Amino acid sequence: MSLAEGYEAVIGLEIHVQLSTRTKMFCGCALSFGDDPNVHTCPICLAHPGSLPTINERAVRYALQIATALECDVAPRSIFHRKNYFYPDNPKGYQISQYDIPLARGGRLEGVRVHRVHLEEDAAKMIHVGESGRIHGSATSLVDFNRGGTPLVEIVSEPDLRSPEEAREWAQLLRTTIRQLGVSDVNMEEGSLRCDANVSVRRAGDAELGTKTELKNMNSFRFLERGIAAELGRQSMVLEAGDQVVQETFHFDPRTGSLTPLRSKEYAHDYRYFPEPDLVPLAPTEEMVREAREALGELPAARRRRYEAELGLPEVTARQLAFDAELGAYFERALEAAASRGGTDGTGVEARSIANWVTGELVARLREAADGDADPSSSKATPEALAALVAMVEARRVTTGAARQVLAALVSEGGDPEEIVEREGLAQMSDAGELEGIVERAIEAEPAAAEKVREGNPKAIGPIVGAVMRETKGRADGGEVTRLIREKLSSG
Amino acid sequence: MSAELLELTVGEALRRIDGGELSADEYADAYAEAAAEDELNAYLWTRESPFAREGDGTGRTEEPPLRGAPVAVKDLFCAEGIETTAGSRILEGYRPPYTATAVRRLEEAGARLLGKTNMDEFGMGSSTENSGYGPALNPWDRTRVPGGSSGGSAAAVRDRTAPWAIGTDTGGSIRQPAALCGVVGLKPTYGAISRYGMIAFASSLDQCGPLTRDVTDAALLLRAMEGRDGCDSTSVGIAGGIELPTREGLEGLRFGVPRELSAEAEGMEAGVAATFERALSTIRDLGGEVDECALPHSAHGLSAYYVLAPAEASANLARYDGVRYGLRADGEVELGAMYERTRSRGFGAEVKRRIMLGTYALSSGYYEAYYGRAQRVRTRIAADFASAFERFDYLLTPTSPTVAFELGARSDNPLAMYMADYCTVPMSLAGIPAISIPCGLAEPDGGGPELPVGLQIAAPAFTESGLLDAAYAVERALGLTATPPGAGP
Repeated sequence: MSLAEGYEAVIGLEIHVQLSTRTKMFCGCALSFGDDPNVHTCPICLAHPGSLPTINERAVRYALQIATALECDVAPRSIFHRKNYFYPDNPKGYQISQYDIPLARGGRLEGVRVHRVHLEEDAAKMIHVGESGRIHGSATSLVDFNRGGTPLVEIVSEPDLRSPEEAREWAQLLRTTIRQLGVSDVNMEEGSLRCDANVSVRRAGDAELGTKTELKNMNSFRFLERGIAAELGRQSMVLEAGDQVVQETFHFDPRTGSLTPLRSKEYAHDYRYFPEPDLVPLAPTEEMVREAREALGELPAARRRRYEAELGLPEVTARQLAFDAELGAYFERALEAAASRGGTDGTGVEARSIANWVTGELVARLREAADGDADPSSSKATPEALAALVAMVEARRVTTGAARQVLAALVSEGGDPEEIVEREGLAQMSDAGELEGIVERAIEAEPAAAEKVREGNPKAIGPIVGAVMRETKGRADGGEVTRLIREKLSSG
Repeated sequence: MSAELLELTVGEALRRIDGGELSADEYADAYAEAAAEDELNAYLWTRESPFAREGDGTGRTEEPPLRGAPVAVKDLFCAEGIETTAGSRILEGYRPPYTATAVRRLEEAGARLLGKTNMDEFGMGSSTENSGYGPALNPWDRTRVPGGSSGGSAAAVRDRTAPWAIGTDTGGSIRQPAALCGVVGLKPTYGAISRYGMIAFASSLDQCGPLTRDVTDAALLLRAMEGRDGCDSTSVGIAGGIELPTREGLEGLRFGVPRELSAEAEGMEAGVAATFERALSTIRDLGGEVDECALPHSAHGLSAYYVLAPAEASANLARYDGVRYGLRADGEVELGAMYERTRSRGFGAEVKRRIMLGTYALSSGYYEAYYGRAQRVRTRIAADFASAFERFDYLLTPTSPTVAFELGARSDNPLAMYMADYCTVPMSLAGIPAISIPCGLAEPDGGGPELPVGLQIAAPAFTESGLLDAAYAVERALGLTATPPGAGP
């Protein structure tokens, strides 16, 4: 299902990020993943009578990094609130979160406005024993409090996204950005990155927003895109049929790929927010904010802009390199290697070439080799080797075709491109006389094709070029070969 | 020997221990024995055996200043491994895995835990009748209440089953029982003593404090407990610490008497008013300047309090859900039913009433009208005090509008019960320190034997040393020696 003609999608994302601090948000228990249940607990995160929370300063610093990376305004004093609800994963009966005065507001990431960024604590993990895997109908429910109290940053976007694909790309960019900050593992499968979507549909051109629904539990970027697409399709059909969209919450089931509405009892909460009296207002010092800003480095969005403006990379390539952390790092190292060998001339010609090789050939070879996604940083083809190879192409010391063979060899066995070229005899032919002779022999070997070219069919040149390339093992420059064949056949 | 021993203030006992006239262990064991024979239901837990011998038994060589003196602790404070119920059936049998900071500090200062005292469930009440374990009785008249919620602590101190005690005060829960039992009770400034390990009723109001024989003992306990605690973000301690009181006269001190909380106070008994007036004369005789003043918003104190405190309580008590500790209603039932049964069975009527009040006040659509408005009243009340303290060093009121009332007299009338805190709630809302000291005896309205009346002295935030000094001078001038009928050496 997808959006019907004449409708516009309006999508906002709510993203929860588990911070990778050493300890929990409001107590000294260690964070963990995959340990035995209930080994990282204390009177505070088990909500024993009389225990009190204290704010984890590292978590505040991490959250400030996220807030400043998203260009938000940091509140001089933000307030923690109690969000009240009963559930066994919530031992105090309230979650400490932020409400009307969050840590930061009013940011932006690649043109999408960020409404707010706030700090809160994660719930414990429920394990429902029984067929359903949900609390309803389960035989027993167990609670693991290891996760309870993990610091969470919630990031809420404005409804500025207009398609499921855009939503997925933005979420991925956000993930790359946060990952670069080093403040979270941002791993969707492990739950350190969680994404909910608010989705509505309106007739194209309408200024007013339609009724939104909330989609929860989409635990991969693919599911996020798919879930939103499905909901957009459903909503536009509801509208098309003349009905009203009802505000409700859907739970995405990754096993079936379908959205099921949560029973109203499960989400129709009155959370009875009120200021948390056990904590004083959170007032980050100017120094803390400055340190957070200074720790940012070049973020993906800025990197994309630089690649376009300074290196002249096309937008798609710039985006690919800037938003894919591993690929971007590889590219940067290759650029450095090129610069250190005196290769880049400032016009960006070589940089563009390196970018093309990285995003094109390298990615393709790596995918073949790894049967899917592959991390270029662990590849045998080092960025330095790739830079050297590109320099050889630019200097017309190897042809593009030969360079592809060299790259394939680098990916499978590593090594130095110069040596591979030498060993395999792949250096570009520079003896014009030798090439001329080979071309003449190829024309003789392919008389039918030669005849067609003579009769004015330029496409028929293929078999002759192929014969030359076979003979030269790709060492001949394709353009030169074509020029020579045409010359021979028109003059002959 | 033992009876005389039990009449000593702790300050005096410590002097004798330091002078070698008294054995620290003998002193402590006299109380272990007395507490075990408590007849007022003042204790929910007492030690089963004498205190362990420490040092040579003289206490002279031991450094910690409190020399092994026993202390009774309201059952609202967690003590590792010792049953702590907050007076509630929902925590019956609960043994905390940790110790409250206030208790730990007392132990570090050399005090030893004597027993856990009875209280209104979770601190909600003014008579200790809301205890899940039966009411504590007033040592002056066992047909009357000791006040509350720290009624067990006040009763034990006056009944000489504890040398001193700690309690908690949210709207008057130290001062009012101190007044009704004829002992000293201090509610320090909010933030003076850590709340960590003190079971929460209303977090923005709860404060730990001493209940003692005299003002010097209150200073000793406060000195041992106050201070910033990394486990309580709202704790700050008292700058400069606590000086023991020495003041003789009251020359140069200006005392304000807010008419809204004295002459004009609703339900003020004639005997209480007269006793209060006599105390004012004594203060004048000591050289203190006494003048009327106004706290215009304090009449709304109770109303604001009964929105804010229940609102916070409704969240604070949500953790008693039967999942992790304490009572869980038995039977294989669905989650919602388990919550319902556990909380229906575990909580008493007053606690349920306040949870419902608080839940309602925080509900969507009502928040502004109740919680928001009550917060604004609170701000105004604090401002009233701030302007009064521009003219006066201290403010004086009767601690409670009445003397101890009869058991059951107000059980069916929550509003009448709430009136018991009429004079103490405004200081709690303002977060300022206030002490109640005995100022005489008075007949209840309608006649009967005379019962203790408390004088409340309030001071600006974090000026406890000055407050204790003034209270000390007044205490000496009043020179009260009355003891409950049948008690005494």
